[in-house]
Amino acid sequence: MALPKPYADIPGTTVFDADRARVGYHLNSFCMSLMKPGNRARFKAGERVYLDEWPMSEEQKQAVLARDYNRMIALGGNIYFLAKIFSSDGLSFQHAAATMTGMSQEAYAKMMLNGGRSPEGNRFPGEQR
Amino acid sequence: MARITAGVATSHVPAIGAAIDLGKTREPYWAPVFAGYEFSRHWIAAHRPDVVFLVYNDHASAFSLDLVPTFAIGCAERFAPADEGWGPRPVPPVLGHPELAAHITQSLIQSDFDLTVVNRMDVDHGLTVPLSLLFGQPEAWPCRVIPFAVNVVLYPPPSGLRCYRLGQALRQAIGTFDEDLRVQVWGTGGMSHQLQGPRAGLINKAFDQRFLDLLTDDPELLAQMPHVEYLREAGSEGIELVMWLIMRGALGPRVRTTHRFYHVPASNTAVGHLILEDMP
Repeated sequence: MALPKPYADIPGTTVFDADRARVGYHLNSFCMSLMKPGNRARFKAGERVYLDEWPMSEEQKQAVLARDYNRMIALGGNIYFLAKIFSSDGLSFQHAAATMTGMSQEAYAKMMLNGGRSPEGNRFPGEQR
Repeated sequence: MARITAGVATSHVPAIGAAIDLGKTREPYWAPVFAGYEFSRHWIAAHRPDVVFLVYNDHASAFSLDLVPTFAIGCAERFAPADEGWGPRPVPPVLGHPELAAHITQSLIQSDFDLTVVNRMDVDHGLTVPLSLLFGQPEAWPCRVIPFAVNVVLYPPPSGLRCYRLGQALRQAIGTFDEDLRVQVWGTGGMSHQLQGPRAGLINKAFDQRFLDLLTDDPELLAQMPHVEYLREAGSEGIELVMWLIMRGALGPRVRTTHRFYHVPASNTAVGHLILEDMP
Protein backbone atom coordinates (compact mmCIF):
# COMPACT_ATOMS: atom_id res chain seq x y z
CA MET A 1 0.00 0.00 0.00
CA ALA A 2 1.40 3.39 -0.96
CA LEU A 3 1.98 5.75 1.93
CA PRO A 4 -0.08 8.95 1.87
CA LYS A 5 1.88 12.06 0.86
CA PRO A 6 -0.29 14.97 1.95
CA TYR A 7 2.56 17.36 1.04
CA ALA A 8 2.59 16.35 -2.64
CA ASP A 9 0.17 19.09 -3.72
CA ILE A 10 2.01 22.11 -2.26
CA PRO A 11 2.49 24.47 -5.22
CA GLY A 12 6.04 25.02 -6.48
CA THR A 13 7.48 22.70 -3.82
CA THR A 14 9.21 19.31 -3.96
CA VAL A 15 9.58 17.58 -0.63
CA PHE A 16 12.80 15.56 -0.45
CA ASP A 17 11.36 12.32 0.88
CA ALA A 18 12.80 8.81 0.87
CA ASP A 19 11.61 8.18 -2.71
CA ARG A 20 13.26 11.38 -3.98
CA ALA A 21 16.44 10.52 -2.08
CA ARG A 22 16.58 7.13 -3.83
CA VAL A 23 16.30 8.76 -7.28
CA GLY A 24 18.84 11.45 -6.44
CA TYR A 25 21.44 9.45 -4.55
CA HIS A 26 24.25 9.72 -7.13
CA LEU A 27 23.45 13.32 -8.07
CA ASN A 28 23.58 14.35 -4.42
CA SER A 29 26.72 12.30 -3.82
CA PHE A 30 28.43 14.14 -6.68
CA CYS A 31 27.42 17.46 -5.05
CA MET A 32 28.85 16.31 -1.73
CA SER A 33 32.21 15.62 -3.38
CA LEU A 34 32.56 19.34 -4.12
CA MET A 35 33.19 20.02 -0.44
CA LYS A 36 36.83 19.03 -1.03
CA PRO A 37 38.96 21.80 -2.60
CA GLY A 38 40.80 19.31 -4.83
CA ASN A 39 37.52 18.01 -6.26
CA ARG A 40 36.22 21.54 -6.81
CA ALA A 41 39.31 22.35 -8.82
CA ARG A 42 38.98 19.21 -10.93
CA PHE A 43 35.26 19.90 -11.54
CA LYS A 44 35.98 23.46 -12.63
CA ALA A 45 38.79 22.31 -14.92
CA GLY A 46 36.48 19.92 -16.78
CA GLU A 47 32.86 19.63 -15.67
CA ARG A 48 31.77 16.96 -18.13
CA VAL A 49 34.79 14.75 -17.44
CA TYR A 50 34.22 15.06 -13.70
CA LEU A 51 30.49 14.30 -14.00
CA ASP A 52 31.24 11.19 -16.06
CA GLU A 53 33.01 9.75 -13.02
CA TRP A 54 29.60 9.47 -11.32
CA PRO A 55 26.88 6.92 -12.16
CA MET A 56 24.33 9.69 -12.73
CA SER A 57 21.72 9.73 -15.51
CA GLU A 58 22.47 11.79 -18.61
CA GLU A 59 19.51 14.03 -17.70
CA GLN A 60 21.01 14.72 -14.29
CA LYS A 61 24.39 15.59 -15.83
CA GLN A 62 22.78 17.93 -18.36
CA ALA A 63 20.83 19.67 -15.59
CA VAL A 64 24.07 20.22 -13.64
CA LEU A 65 25.89 21.58 -16.69
CA ALA A 66 22.96 23.95 -17.36
CA ARG A 67 22.78 24.93 -13.65
CA ASP A 68 19.04 24.26 -13.94
CA TYR A 69 18.20 23.89 -10.25
CA ASN A 70 14.49 23.17 -10.74
CA ARG A 71 15.43 20.37 -13.12
CA MET A 72 18.01 19.01 -10.67
CA ILE A 73 15.35 18.97 -7.95
CA ALA A 74 12.92 17.20 -10.30
CA LEU A 75 15.62 14.58 -10.82
CA GLY A 76 16.13 13.90 -7.12
CA GLY A 77 18.45 16.71 -6.07
CA ASN A 78 18.14 18.27 -2.63
CA ILE A 79 18.81 21.97 -2.17
CA TYR A 80 21.38 21.53 0.60
CA PHE A 81 23.38 19.18 -1.61
CA LEU A 82 22.88 21.36 -4.70
CA ALA A 83 24.22 24.25 -2.61
CA LYS A 84 27.70 22.74 -3.06
CA ILE A 85 27.42 23.49 -6.79
CA PHE A 86 26.48 27.16 -6.52
CA SER A 87 28.88 27.66 -3.62
CA SER A 88 31.65 26.29 -5.85
CA ASP A 89 30.48 28.80 -8.47
CA GLY A 90 30.84 31.53 -5.83
CA LEU A 91 27.11 32.22 -5.84
CA SER A 92 24.76 32.74 -2.90
CA PHE A 93 21.65 30.91 -1.75
CA GLN A 94 19.66 33.97 -2.74
CA HIS A 95 21.04 33.84 -6.26
CA ALA A 96 20.14 30.16 -6.62
CA ALA A 97 16.68 30.69 -5.11
CA ALA A 98 15.98 33.53 -7.53
CA THR A 99 16.83 31.38 -10.56
CA MET A 100 14.28 28.78 -9.43
CA THR A 101 11.46 31.33 -9.25
CA GLY A 102 11.99 32.70 -12.74
CA MET A 103 12.61 36.16 -11.22
CA SER A 104 15.73 38.25 -11.70
CA GLN A 105 17.95 38.31 -8.64
CA GLU A 106 17.14 42.00 -8.21
CA ALA A 107 13.39 41.44 -8.28
CA TYR A 108 13.73 38.48 -5.92
CA ALA A 109 15.90 40.43 -3.46
CA LYS A 110 13.35 43.24 -3.54
CA MET A 111 10.51 40.81 -2.85
CA MET A 112 12.42 39.53 0.20
CA LEU A 113 13.05 43.07 1.45
CA ASN A 114 9.32 43.70 1.15
CA GLY A 115 8.54 40.78 3.45
CA GLY A 116 8.97 37.79 1.14
CA ARG A 117 6.51 35.75 -0.88
CA SER A 118 3.11 35.76 0.77
CA PRO A 119 1.58 32.41 1.69
CA GLU A 120 -1.75 33.75 0.36
CA GLY A 121 -2.48 31.95 -2.90
CA ASN A 122 0.53 29.68 -2.44
CA ARG A 123 -0.70 26.99 -0.07
CA PHE A 124 -2.90 24.81 -2.29
CA PRO A 125 -3.09 24.07 -6.01
CA GLY A 126 -5.35 26.42 -7.92
CA GLU A 127 -5.70 28.71 -4.92
CA GLN A 128 -6.07 32.27 -6.08
CA ARG A 129 -6.30 35.48 -4.17
CA MET B 1 24.32 18.63 40.03
CA ALA B 2 24.08 20.03 36.53
CA ARG B 3 21.05 22.18 35.80
CA ILE B 4 19.42 23.88 32.85
CA THR B 5 19.61 27.63 33.30
CA ALA B 6 17.90 28.86 30.11
CA GLY B 7 16.67 27.99 26.64
CA VAL B 8 17.67 29.95 23.55
CA ALA B 9 16.13 29.71 20.09
CA THR B 10 17.55 31.32 17.00
CA SER B 11 17.61 31.04 13.23
CA HIS B 12 20.95 29.97 11.76
CA VAL B 13 20.97 31.51 8.26
CA PRO B 14 24.38 31.04 6.55
CA ALA B 15 24.33 34.61 5.18
CA ILE B 16 24.34 35.88 8.79
CA GLY B 17 27.61 34.04 9.33
CA ALA B 18 29.02 35.54 6.16
CA ALA B 19 27.94 39.04 7.27
CA ILE B 20 29.82 38.58 10.56
CA ASP B 21 32.90 37.06 8.93
CA LEU B 22 33.09 39.81 6.30
CA GLY B 23 32.51 42.67 8.76
CA LYS B 24 29.14 43.72 7.30
CA THR B 25 27.12 43.77 10.51
CA ARG B 26 26.76 47.58 10.49
CA GLU B 27 25.56 47.78 6.90
CA PRO B 28 21.95 48.97 6.56
CA TYR B 29 20.74 45.55 5.37
CA TRP B 30 22.24 43.69 8.34
CA ALA B 31 22.15 46.24 11.18
CA PRO B 32 18.50 45.49 12.14
CA VAL B 33 19.26 41.75 12.35
CA PHE B 34 22.20 42.22 14.70
CA ALA B 35 20.37 44.87 16.75
CA GLY B 36 17.97 42.08 17.73
CA TYR B 37 20.85 40.16 19.32
CA GLU B 38 22.45 43.03 21.20
CA PHE B 39 20.44 42.35 24.34
CA SER B 40 21.36 38.66 24.07
CA ARG B 41 25.11 39.30 23.88
CA HIS B 42 24.95 41.30 27.12
CA TRP B 43 22.60 38.79 28.72
CA ILE B 44 24.82 35.81 27.98
CA ALA B 45 27.92 37.63 29.25
CA ALA B 46 26.09 38.00 32.57
CA HIS B 47 24.63 34.46 32.50
CA ARG B 48 27.49 32.54 31.01
CA PRO B 49 26.77 28.81 30.60
CA ASP B 50 29.40 26.15 31.24
CA VAL B 51 27.91 24.03 28.47
CA VAL B 52 25.54 24.70 25.60
CA PHE B 53 23.57 21.69 24.37
CA LEU B 54 23.11 22.94 20.83
CA VAL B 55 20.31 21.44 18.74
CA TYR B 56 20.82 22.10 15.04
CA ASN B 57 20.71 20.36 11.71
CA ASP B 58 23.57 19.43 9.48
CA HIS B 59 23.14 20.74 5.90
CA ALA B 60 24.77 17.93 3.95
CA SER B 61 28.14 18.78 5.51
CA ALA B 62 28.95 16.00 7.99
CA PHE B 63 26.22 13.64 6.81
CA SER B 64 25.83 12.74 3.15
CA LEU B 65 23.07 10.41 1.98
CA ASP B 66 25.39 7.55 2.92
CA LEU B 67 24.31 7.93 6.53
CA VAL B 68 21.31 9.92 7.79
CA PRO B 69 20.85 9.71 11.55
CA THR B 70 17.61 11.15 12.92
CA PHE B 71 19.22 12.19 16.22
CA ALA B 72 23.03 12.36 16.44
CA ILE B 73 24.93 13.47 19.55
CA GLY B 74 28.48 14.80 19.30
CA CYS B 75 30.56 13.08 21.97
CA ALA B 76 34.01 14.21 20.82
CA GLU B 77 36.39 16.60 22.55
CA ARG B 78 36.62 18.87 19.53
CA PHE B 79 34.66 19.67 16.36
CA ALA B 80 36.14 21.63 13.45
CA PRO B 81 34.12 24.15 11.39
CA ALA B 82 33.04 22.46 8.13
CA ASP B 83 34.06 23.47 4.63
CA GLU B 84 30.65 23.96 3.02
CA GLY B 85 31.96 24.74 -0.43
CA TRP B 86 33.63 28.10 0.14
CA GLY B 87 36.13 27.07 2.81
CA PRO B 88 35.50 26.75 6.57
CA ARG B 89 34.16 29.78 8.47
CA PRO B 90 36.99 31.62 10.28
CA VAL B 91 35.67 30.72 13.73
CA PRO B 92 37.30 28.87 16.63
CA PRO B 93 37.03 25.09 16.90
CA VAL B 94 34.13 23.91 19.04
CA LEU B 95 35.16 22.14 22.23
CA GLY B 96 32.80 19.43 23.38
CA HIS B 97 32.00 18.01 26.80
CA PRO B 98 32.52 14.26 26.35
CA GLU B 99 31.63 13.34 29.95
CA LEU B 100 28.26 15.11 29.93
CA ALA B 101 27.59 13.92 26.36
CA ALA B 102 28.20 10.31 27.39
CA HIS B 103 25.89 10.70 30.38
CA ILE B 104 23.14 12.24 28.24
CA THR B 105 23.54 9.53 25.61
CA GLN B 106 23.10 6.72 28.09
CA SER B 107 20.18 8.43 29.79
CA LEU B 108 18.31 9.27 26.55
CA ILE B 109 18.74 5.81 25.03
CA GLN B 110 17.46 4.29 28.26
CA SER B 111 14.48 6.66 27.89
CA ASP B 112 13.79 5.07 24.46
CA PHE B 113 15.39 7.81 22.30
CA ASP B 114 17.74 5.87 20.04
CA LEU B 115 20.60 8.28 19.43
CA THR B 116 23.48 7.89 17.02
CA VAL B 117 26.83 8.53 18.72
CA VAL B 118 29.26 10.64 16.70
CA ASN B 119 32.91 10.89 17.67
CA ARG B 120 34.19 12.55 14.51
CA MET B 121 32.23 15.31 12.85
CA ASP B 122 32.73 18.76 11.37
CA VAL B 123 30.06 21.32 12.31
CA ASP B 124 28.51 23.62 9.73
CA HIS B 125 26.77 27.00 9.83
CA GLY B 126 23.77 25.43 11.58
CA LEU B 127 25.89 25.21 14.72
CA THR B 128 28.45 28.00 14.31
CA VAL B 129 26.12 30.86 13.27
CA PRO B 130 24.14 30.71 16.55
CA LEU B 131 27.44 30.74 18.49
CA SER B 132 28.58 33.81 16.54
CA LEU B 133 25.25 35.58 17.09
CA LEU B 134 25.43 35.15 20.85
CA PHE B 135 29.19 35.30 21.49
CA GLY B 136 30.48 37.52 18.66
CA GLN B 137 34.01 36.87 17.40
CA PRO B 138 36.12 35.62 20.36
CA GLU B 139 39.51 33.90 20.07
CA ALA B 140 37.92 30.83 21.64
CA TRP B 141 34.25 30.04 22.38
CA PRO B 142 33.62 30.85 26.06
CA CYS B 143 31.95 27.53 26.88
CA ARG B 144 31.79 23.86 25.95
CA VAL B 145 29.27 22.80 23.33
CA ILE B 146 27.53 19.47 22.80
CA PRO B 147 26.34 19.36 19.18
CA PHE B 148 23.03 17.58 18.71
CA ALA B 149 22.16 17.11 15.05
CA VAL B 150 18.58 16.41 14.01
CA ASN B 151 17.74 15.23 10.51
CA VAL B 152 15.40 17.74 8.87
CA VAL B 153 16.83 17.37 5.34
CA LEU B 154 15.53 13.93 4.37
CA TYR B 155 11.77 13.79 4.91
CA PRO B 156 10.36 12.79 7.31
CA PRO B 157 12.16 14.45 10.19
CA PRO B 158 11.08 13.49 13.71
CA SER B 159 7.68 14.90 14.67
CA GLY B 160 7.30 17.98 16.81
CA LEU B 161 5.92 15.78 19.57
CA ARG B 162 8.92 13.44 19.40
CA CYS B 163 11.24 16.44 19.68
CA TYR B 164 9.30 17.89 22.60
CA ARG B 165 9.37 14.58 24.48
CA LEU B 166 13.10 14.26 23.77
CA GLY B 167 13.59 17.67 25.33
CA GLN B 168 11.76 16.52 28.44
CA ALA B 169 13.98 13.43 28.67
CA LEU B 170 17.02 15.67 28.15
CA ARG B 171 15.98 17.74 31.17
CA GLN B 172 16.02 14.60 33.31
CA ALA B 173 19.34 13.50 31.86
CA ILE B 174 21.09 16.81 32.54
CA GLY B 175 19.58 17.03 36.02
CA THR B 176 21.20 13.73 37.04
CA PHE B 177 24.78 14.63 36.06
CA ASP B 178 26.90 14.92 39.19
CA GLU B 179 29.10 17.88 38.33
CA ASP B 180 27.83 21.40 39.06
CA LEU B 181 27.30 22.77 35.57
CA ARG B 182 25.14 25.53 34.18
CA VAL B 183 23.72 24.17 30.94
CA GLN B 184 21.76 26.05 28.31
CA VAL B 185 19.75 24.25 25.65
CA TRP B 186 19.58 25.98 22.29
CA GLY B 187 17.18 25.16 19.49
CA THR B 188 18.12 26.55 16.09
CA GLY B 189 16.89 26.83 12.50
CA GLY B 190 13.80 28.40 10.93
CA MET B 191 11.75 30.46 10.92
CA SER B 192 9.57 30.42 7.79
CA HIS B 193 11.61 30.01 4.63
CA GLN B 194 11.73 28.08 1.40
CA LEU B 195 14.94 27.80 -0.58
CA GLN B 196 13.77 25.70 -3.51
CA GLY B 197 11.41 25.65 -6.46
CA PRO B 198 9.06 28.30 -7.86
CA ARG B 199 7.69 29.00 -4.35
CA ALA B 200 11.16 29.97 -3.01
CA GLY B 201 11.09 33.09 -0.88
CA LEU B 202 7.96 32.17 1.06
CA ILE B 203 7.67 34.01 4.38
CA ASN B 204 4.71 33.63 6.74
CA LYS B 205 4.83 36.23 9.51
CA ALA B 206 1.48 35.21 11.01
CA PHE B 207 2.62 31.58 11.28
CA ASP B 208 5.94 32.61 12.81
CA GLN B 209 4.37 34.89 15.43
CA ARG B 210 1.87 32.20 16.41
CA PHE B 211 4.73 29.68 16.62
CA LEU B 212 6.64 31.98 18.99
CA ASP B 213 3.51 32.45 21.13
CA LEU B 214 2.67 28.75 21.33
CA LEU B 215 6.26 27.65 21.90
CA THR B 216 6.36 29.89 24.93
CA ASP B 217 2.89 29.37 26.39
CA ASP B 218 1.39 26.16 25.02
CA PRO B 219 4.11 23.84 23.72
CA GLU B 220 1.91 20.75 24.27
CA LEU B 221 -0.52 22.12 21.67
CA LEU B 222 2.27 23.21 19.32
CA ALA B 223 3.81 19.74 19.53
CA GLN B 224 0.67 18.33 17.86
CA MET B 225 1.25 20.30 14.65
CA PRO B 226 1.71 17.86 11.74
CA HIS B 227 4.65 18.10 9.36
CA VAL B 228 2.47 19.06 6.41
CA GLU B 229 1.37 22.22 8.19
CA TYR B 230 4.98 23.34 8.63
CA LEU B 231 5.69 22.60 4.96
CA ARG B 232 2.59 24.31 3.61
CA GLU B 233 2.58 27.32 5.94
CA ALA B 234 6.25 27.93 6.77
CA GLY B 235 7.93 26.65 3.59
CA SER B 236 9.81 23.47 2.83
CA GLU B 237 12.78 24.53 4.95
CA GLY B 238 10.58 26.01 7.71
CA ILE B 239 10.23 22.45 9.00
CA GLU B 240 13.54 23.07 10.82
CA LEU B 241 11.35 24.64 13.51
CA VAL B 242 10.60 21.20 15.02
CA MET B 243 14.06 21.50 16.58
CA TRP B 244 12.93 24.41 18.74
CA LEU B 245 10.60 21.99 20.54
CA ILE B 246 13.59 20.07 21.93
CA MET B 247 14.75 23.27 23.61
CA ARG B 248 11.25 23.99 24.91
CA GLY B 249 10.81 20.46 26.25
CA ALA B 250 14.01 20.87 28.25
CA LEU B 251 12.46 23.79 30.16
CA GLY B 252 9.67 23.53 32.71
CA PRO B 253 5.97 23.87 31.87
CA ARG B 254 5.92 27.60 32.68
CA VAL B 255 8.56 29.96 31.33
CA ARG B 256 9.13 33.67 31.12
CA THR B 257 10.27 35.40 27.96
CA THR B 258 13.54 37.14 28.69
CA HIS B 259 13.94 38.27 25.09
CA ARG B 260 11.99 37.95 21.84
CA PHE B 261 12.98 39.19 18.39
CA TYR B 262 11.62 38.76 14.88
CA HIS B 263 12.86 40.24 11.61
CA VAL B 264 12.35 39.74 7.88
CA PRO B 265 14.50 39.13 5.90
CA ALA B 266 17.96 37.68 6.28
CA SER B 267 18.66 36.57 2.74
CA ASN B 268 15.73 34.14 2.11
CA THR B 269 14.63 33.67 5.68
CA ALA B 270 12.60 35.07 8.56
CA VAL B 271 14.81 35.45 11.63
CA GLY B 272 13.35 34.54 15.01
CA HIS B 273 15.06 34.57 18.38
CA LEU B 274 13.93 33.79 21.92
CA ILE B 275 15.51 33.58 25.35
CA LEU B 276 13.30 31.64 27.75
CA GLU B 277 13.88 30.97 31.42
CA ASP B 278 12.01 28.72 33.83
CA MET B 279 9.53 30.48 36.09
CA PRO B 280 10.93 30.26 39.63
